[in-house]
Amino acid sequence: MSFKIASSPHQHNQRSTAHIMRLVALACLPGIAVQAVLFGYGVLIQLVLAIVTAWLSEALILKLRGKPVFARLKDNSALLTAVLLAIAIPPYAPWWIIVIGTAFAIIMVKQLYGGLGNNLFNPAMAAYVLLLVSFPLQMTQWLPPLSLQSVDLTPLDAVCSIFTHYSCSGFSLPQLQANIDGITMATPLDTLRTDLARGLTLDESLNRPVFFAFAGTGWLWLNLAYLAGGLLLIQQKIISWRIPLAVIASLFVLSAIATLAAPDTIAGPLFHLFSGGTMLAAFFIATDPVSASTTNKGRLVYGALIGLLVFLIRNFGGYPDAYAFAVLLANMAVPLIDYYTRPRTYGHRPRSELK
Amino acid sequence: MSQFKELTLQGLWKNNPGLVQLLGLCPLLAVTATVTNALGLGAATLLVLLGSNIAVSLVRNHVASEIRIPVFVLIIASLVTVVQLLMNAYTYDLYLSLGIFIPLIVTNCAIIGRAEAFASKNPVLPSAIDAIMMGLGFMLVLLVLGAMREVLGQGTLFDGADLLLGDWAKALRVEVFHADSHFLLAMLPPGAFLGMGLLIALKNVIDNKLKQQKTVEKGSIARARITGAAQ
Repeated sequence: MSFKIASSPHQHNQRSTAHIMRLVALACLPGIAVQAVLFGYGVLIQLVLAIVTAWLSEALILKLRGKPVFARLKDNSALLTAVLLAIAIPPYAPWWIIVIGTAFAIIMVKQLYGGLGNNLFNPAMAAYVLLLVSFPLQMTQWLPPLSLQSVDLTPLDAVCSIFTHYSCSGFSLPQLQANIDGITMATPLDTLRTDLARGLTLDESLNRPVFFAFAGTGWLWLNLAYLAGGLLLIQQKIISWRIPLAVIASLFVLSAIATLAAPDTIAGPLFHLFSGGTMLAAFFIATDPVSASTTNKGRLVYGALIGLLVFLIRNFGGYPDAYAFAVLLANMAVPLIDYYTRPRTYGHRPRSELK
Repeated sequence: MSQFKELTLQGLWKNNPGLVQLLGLCPLLAVTATVTNALGLGAATLLVLLGSNIAVSLVRNHVASEIRIPVFVLIIASLVTVVQLLMNAYTYDLYLSLGIFIPLIVTNCAIIGRAEAFASKNPVLPSAIDAIMMGLGFMLVLLVLGAMREVLGQGTLFDGADLLLGDWAKALRVEVFHADSHFLLAMLPPGAFLGMGLLIALKNVIDNKLKQQKTVEKGSIARARITGAAQ
């Protein structure tokens, strides 16, 4: 009789990679639905484009590498990368943005490192950074929520403006960004940043129409939807609670302290938690099992590091939102974090007792 | 003649300073944003390499081996100064756009590497041929990388070639495609690293293909395994 020698994890449950990836993608659905209803249907077209590109590039590179194409495609990991990238970029960005981004994520960031499980960086976020650095204009043209737009956008308009840069009735994106008063509106984080740079105080800025209650109009619901999806994933034990909790807690604590210290220039913790990509990043992106830390203590450190970086970049850095940069920087720190947080092996003494 | 052929093959392909020895990566990655810059720096490096190899080969028997490295560096530095002044005089705009990377040719390991590894052990003629071939190999890599990055980044080729070659070269400028928004990453340093990695990968793929063909042509002898259990 022979014993199979395998590396950890030794405990198995019945879930396959494909099943997990599918569940994560499904848990994004509430967020996608909210985004489609409140911000227009552009996100759905981006999703289709992203998924098709991801499958094509994955198939191409698997073929080149001489791996079984169909079996690997079925693990849904390319699908999930495509979904995450498509919901992270501005929904009305031109079609080639998402095509370049997804192809880069799959070919360069994932497959060139050796495919699923070997990539150092989160593919969706690396692609997001590529796009943000390469095409800063297109990647910051977020339309305001539908309720604030001066022009009514139909689903057909979404198709037109993604593929031709103009809506079917001939409006360009900067025109669509303007509200009824003709003032261009950006995302809440961007607006706040610009206002603060112009010398307005926090309270003066928060009176603008893009803000609602303690966060941005529409963005609050979007973040709540991702929060719901994320909690479902934790309940299903697909992701561990440690990373999301650490991200949220560190961002919360830091911005609470900072807003007490500088109430006129730094927004409060609730604004930070429910603006931009906080919930999406905390539950869906930072928890990527490949590029995140794998030890329990390490996950807390990793999440807290992301929260810290996001806080720093949002308030003192060059970009309004910073999850992509924060996640990539934390990815780089993962080998170190994992090294110093290795759990004690059963039967071995803790390192402090070894003299 | 066979030595000449061997030197050519070594410099251009088998032992290419850019793709195989990975020497002089700093200028290679920094100035290849356009073909013109790549051509300018490639030519400057080639000139310096040729001069230094000849000079080092000439003095190789008169320099004590303990102080050979400082002597080589002095030779190279004086040649770089000459090239720098020449470019300052004749191709002023390119001189400005290459900036610090012209004086930095002194620190290009490809040059001191050839002086130490080849020119200090060989007569003048082979050293000169080696310099030309190594310089050409380096320049070719610069040009390919520059072309990749320029096409991706701006959609043009030979943009600003007149800075290097004179006014007639304005006709060389090719607009491959026109885009309103440039692919900035290709122009930025990460684009250089990605492009370089892809070039090295491409070379390895070609080498592997060639090797496979060779083994097929030779024909492998089938051997029956007689010891140990074949699993």
